[in-house]
Amino acid sequence: MSRTVARLLTFQLPLAAFLVFLLFPFYWMLVTALKPNRDLYNLALNPLWTWTPTLDHVRRLLWDTHFLPWMRNTLMISVGATALSLAASLLAAYAIGRLRFRGSGALGITLFLTYLVPPVILFIPLSRIVSALGLWDRPAALVLTYPTFLVPFCVWLLLGYFRTLPQELEDCARVDGASRVQVMRYVTFPLALPGILSCLIFAFTLSWNEYLYALVFLSSTDQKTVPVGLATELVTGDVFQWGPLMAGALLGSVPVAVAYSFFVEHYVAALTGALKE
Amino acid sequence: MDRLEASLPRAAARRAAVGSLLESREALGWAMVAPAVALLGAFLAYPFLLGVWLSLTDSRIANPGRFVGLENFRYLVGDGVFRLAVLNTLLYAGVAVVLKFVLGFALALLVDREFRGKRFVRAAMLLPWIVPTSLSALVFYWIYDSQFSVLTWMLRAAGLVDRSINYLGDPNLARASLIAANVWRGVPFFAIGLLAGLQTVPRELYEAAAMDGAGPWARFRWITWPLLVPVSVVVTVFSTIMTVGDFQLIWIVTKGGPANATHLFGTLAYQRAVQGGFLGEGAAVAVFVLPVLVACVALAYRALRRED
Repeated sequence: MSRTVARLLTFQLPLAAFLVFLLFPFYWMLVTALKPNRDLYNLALNPLWTWTPTLDHVRRLLWDTHFLPWMRNTLMISVGATALSLAASLLAAYAIGRLRFRGSGALGITLFLTYLVPPVILFIPLSRIVSALGLWDRPAALVLTYPTFLVPFCVWLLLGYFRTLPQELEDCARVDGASRVQVMRYVTFPLALPGILSCLIFAFTLSWNEYLYALVFLSSTDQKTVPVGLATELVTGDVFQWGPLMAGALLGSVPVAVAYSFFVEHYVAALTGALKE
Repeated sequence: MDRLEASLPRAAARRAAVGSLLESREALGWAMVAPAVALLGAFLAYPFLLGVWLSLTDSRIANPGRFVGLENFRYLVGDGVFRLAVLNTLLYAGVAVVLKFVLGFALALLVDREFRGKRFVRAAMLLPWIVPTSLSALVFYWIYDSQFSVLTWMLRAAGLVDRSINYLGDPNLARASLIAANVWRGVPFFAIGLLAGLQTVPRELYEAAAMDGAGPWARFRWITWPLLVPVSVVVTVFSTIMTVGDFQLIWIVTKGGPANATHLFGTLAYQRAVQGGFLGEGAAVAVFVLPVLVACVALAYRALRRED
């Protein structure tokens, strides 16, 4: 009996408290998004529930705001930045991890250090470079600047993954007469597919979530990304459209939540693998 | 070999030359890192240096400005708002990182055992860290609403307060509210990192220690903790750098207010450079993140060195 009580006090209750703390904001997002305005701003009601759920806020978000163009922009930018970063990272990680040319060790450490440079140091000078390149207010500005945090991260992740692959397989292929390029294409990269997939998810979610560069480099309403568009266009003066805002926060989170739930095992494994380094 | 190549048609010779380049470690290696190096050189290394240069000029938007030495820094050191931002950054990062570490560690210990629904819990607990921070920041903005705050409603229902609370109107309350939101987002990162560390601890060590009569605390103190120091250092350094360089949560919820009480380096730099147009001054504010960065990396390096 006392064992169950002890388990309740030291395990179940604390865990439940954590889950409530971590998940409550999502619940609140959902309830707000589904609640009609007359309930939303009525202090006499219990705010945690609604008996008259409605999709009005979602409808307003989709048809009366630029939410759909923002979704499309974010998707295109994320796909572009991810593709560019992944291609560059895959080549670089293989070269650093496997070819071990002169200077590769130092290059690996330098790449790792670049990951630690936070965007707040870079956004002011980058805004100059972006306008000098004529990319102001254009999605290409983000496709080209997101790799600054995606490439170091992906290289780091892939380096760790390559290290877990046995070198002997490549040596065998070499002995059988395969060129270095063939070894990469037919042996290493196919084997590294799980690692590549984790990179893909990470890079996509990091691009989808980015805020600072998107805020600084894009200015017209229809060019914005979801994270920036919602916070700047739906919070107008003193009028907060909380219903559509929360609906947008919910829908804007869905793509990353889906990407993540499909690959949750990969995700956690890749992260734990990367941290073990 | 030479004669053989000379006898081949020219195209084939070129192909052979490319082929031999592709077989050389050096040539192939540098060719393969070239795209990554070019991207990072143009959009990371160059802006980094340009930022340091800008911080030494009186440059404005649409005006390149001229070299003014350390004038921006001298001005900032005497600027009350900047000094407040330094204090805020120390407070925000210090308190948030400690809380994230303690709570993350507790959560990692909780989920590092077998129980029904473990997979669900491990997936669900990562959500705050997965979803876009700007979107979760909007939720916190709504939770901290001065009139319709659900938090106030719950406190009121519990009989703890009897009037509405202006979370973002009072400097200290605003700081605490932002720290809470930052902790909410960061706990999963610590939990998953430390969980990874916990899983590398060989179970036999616990069994052996238990046989020698070590209690739960002794096992934690002498087995778990020493083995967890390296991963703790890595996770903490990462989180510290990210917390000091935080921007979006603050910018969305308080914009640095009330009365500049919640500015960090990032938000102040944005305000001065992008909104005010003073690029040089803004760049100088941002450059102050550097010493923090270097100190963190140096501390981590020393801590990990000593472990080896």
